[in-house]
Amino acid sequence: MSNVQTNPLPTYIQSHPMLNQWFALDQLPLLTVYSGKVELGQGIQTALQQIACQELGITLDQIHWVAGNTQHSPNEWYTAGSQSIENGGASLRCALSHARWLFLNAAAKALNVNVHDVQIKAGIFSCSGVSKTVTYAELASQIDIHIPIEALPEAAASSSQVKEAIIGQSIPRKDLLDKLSSGAFIHDVVLPEMYHARMLRHSHAQSTIQSVDLDAIKALNGVEQVVLSGSFLAILGKNEAALVASLPKAHQCVQWQLPSFVERQRPIEEILTTLPASDKIVFNKGEASASASQMTARYTRPFIAHASIGPACALAQMVDGHLTVWSHTQGSHLLRDQIAVGLRQDASTIDVIHLHGAGCYGHNSADDVAFDAAFITQQTGLTVRVQWTREEELSATPFGSASMMQIDAGLDENGRIVSWQSEVWSPTHIARPGCWQGTINLLGAWMIDPPHPVDATQDVPLPNGGGLRNAVAIYDFAHQEIRHHMLPQVPVRTSALRSLGAYLNVYAIESFLDELAESIGQDPIDLRLSYLSDPRSIALIQRVAQMSNWAQRDQLPEGTALGIGFGRYKNFGAYCAVVVQVRVEEKIHVEKVWSTADAGRIINPDGLLNQIEGGIIQAISWTLKEQATWDDLNITSNTWDTYPILNFSEVPEVMVELLDQPNAPSLGGGEAAAGPTGAAIANALNAALGVRARHLPLSPDRLAQLIAS
Amino acid sequence: MSNSTQFQLNGKLCEVTTNENTPLLYVLRNDLDQKGSRFGCGTGNCGACTVIVDGTATQSCNTPLWSVSQKNIWTAEGLALDPIGKLVQEAFVREQAAQCGYCINGIMMSITALLKKNPNPSRAEQNAALDANLCRCGTHVRIFKALASVVETLSKEAVA
Repeated sequence: MSNVQTNPLPTYIQSHPMLNQWFALDQLPLLTVYSGKVELGQGIQTALQQIACQELGITLDQIHWVAGNTQHSPNEWYTAGSQSIENGGASLRCALSHARWLFLNAAAKALNVNVHDVQIKAGIFSCSGVSKTVTYAELASQIDIHIPIEALPEAAASSSQVKEAIIGQSIPRKDLLDKLSSGAFIHDVVLPEMYHARMLRHSHAQSTIQSVDLDAIKALNGVEQVVLSGSFLAILGKNEAALVASLPKAHQCVQWQLPSFVERQRPIEEILTTLPASDKIVFNKGEASASASQMTARYTRPFIAHASIGPACALAQMVDGHLTVWSHTQGSHLLRDQIAVGLRQDASTIDVIHLHGAGCYGHNSADDVAFDAAFITQQTGLTVRVQWTREEELSATPFGSASMMQIDAGLDENGRIVSWQSEVWSPTHIARPGCWQGTINLLGAWMIDPPHPVDATQDVPLPNGGGLRNAVAIYDFAHQEIRHHMLPQVPVRTSALRSLGAYLNVYAIESFLDELAESIGQDPIDLRLSYLSDPRSIALIQRVAQMSNWAQRDQLPEGTALGIGFGRYKNFGAYCAVVVQVRVEEKIHVEKVWSTADAGRIINPDGLLNQIEGGIIQAISWTLKEQATWDDLNITSNTWDTYPILNFSEVPEVMVELLDQPNAPSLGGGEAAAGPTGAAIANALNAALGVRARHLPLSPDRLAQLIAS
Repeated sequence: MSNSTQFQLNGKLCEVTTNENTPLLYVLRNDLDQKGSRFGCGTGNCGACTVIVDGTATQSCNTPLWSVSQKNIWTAEGLALDPIGKLVQEAFVREQAAQCGYCINGIMMSITALLKKNPNPSRAEQNAALDANLCRCGTHVRIFKALASVVETLSKEAVA
């Protein structure tokens, strides 16, 4: 075989260079494929299986899928950042095209034909004019998969010998069949001799225990064991219902000391501009020209909860000194290593196995509850299932960070932008466990005795950015300068929530352009197009304008109007344009949404549509309704009454079109819609009512304030 | 407290000796190993635990066991056994009306209860039936599509 390589090997192939780290023949006639990317409710398992099946020339029924299992699967970091199709897909393509090439050669020998004449379909190798066929299972004994993966040009070229198109098909998700009829989630797993456990925590989850009446807790009906270490306090019992019923009384037995950073809630703008921050210029491009006039505006978003419908859950079991933890984490390997640090136990004695959980939209409570379970098992030797309460889920889970963007633009005498300065104020948007070398971010690990230190937070620099994600405007401005004010400590714990800083930054940029268009009397779409040269951006915006009948929008009834938002996630991911129609009364009713999206070559059109639709609906909920609240003592937004999300009667009609780019790389689509949707709503509100909403959420209270002012 | 309680579950007689104040959800999940009903909040505010009790969509997380004595309960596990429930379940799979799927069984129970009483509900009636259910992934659009497709099937059956 040739050693000529046309492309560098994908990142995770470099770190897992052997074919048997990605592919195995242990479940024949099924072909085993290992992936580090896990199903989080986004349908990624099906899309990645499509990529694997396309490479191997098999159907989805012929694959044995092992994902997020530290015993077997490769470490592909987190399933996050809309990177699963881009990175996880690239790994599978590289490894499995090599596997295919090995089997094609073996099949050629078995069929006594030239390797280039062999075809694969549904796992059967054949050759035109030859009656004999051979299968993967029949060839398996001849294949050594314990070899380094190579990116062989002839192996890549043999993709044309796969005779069935699986990529690009809307293949239904198999995982839904069980989920829609019975148990299929981590919550549903029952282990032998399993104890249920619940944590006792204050709503400010980093509070420490001042005093606790352990005897009173132990005497409660349903409580069979108590684990107390420092301020880590858990109750255990075999009867889950009885254990849960004891929680209100158990909580009364604990007095808490709030962490020093907790303070009474103030407006977001005030919090972000008064707490200590480190400031620096993070982006500078082009030269500012002299301006005839200036425009400036500030936009904020509050802290937003993940608010998954299912609470966090984990199981842990110790067998012969080896700890196994079942988790709906986004990164099994990173979690395993963090648990090892937290437990002060060697990582080789721990495995983490991914199981499906309820919807995951970022760094939620999955890792924290996994540590809770691991620690309880380490301390007691018992097999446990820990589930968080609704109140914990909405208060102890890291919040999506509040942030603020200020834009100062200089305009020439024609209203054209000649200088663009923006500033972003934000605490970290990425504090995932294992993300920052030498730090630990597991709630329970901070509470045990002796506690692990709570390290200073950091944020991710551009081009990805955390708080800075999409801070660079995607438009062709002659000048842009961006300053970042990173706040290391705010009154609540923050980390990654779907789209990170992109939601607010795109909201700000797209709102600002709308304000500019209004001030110079230009159509907001024409203004955007005048600063865009990328044909893919232009095509999306023009199409969404057609779909929404933008040109005739002045014929809508009074109080009803359209608004637009556009963005390209991270400025190098999927594109999304959104037009919304709102009707404004005592509150904002989003009636219709039209959207166009370009995620490169589409793997599964229906799966991508589902992600864009869901991203739009979730962003409508954030934009209209959501903000964390707290007072001197408690995080108060810890029930569905105090943290309402969009309900069915508030759901608009949604029309999405995907613009396929068969020759462009595939891009993840799950986070593209958030910013454009938020901005489109604010812009439509302004068109309907002539009020400019710069501070989220656009709740009835906010609307009343805006109208009054 | 631990008298036996009897009820019909998905068409079969069921008897449990669990404490009669236990929320039905825990009885279904832990005593009867029926995991299709899910815990979301424990206060009846999200609908993930919704089951049908004597024809009415009911949040099982705050429904005590004693209150369902001698009643007729349907859960996700029984959907396929009910003519309308089966149509609903098939429509959800066909429309891929789920992302994570955690909330969906409760939603399918609410829709099944609605359609059994009213095979052609208006959007307002649909909203009223579904506002006890939350979905965080934003699958609502597909859920309405799945519901509409069942309504269409039922209307054709009614004509035929």
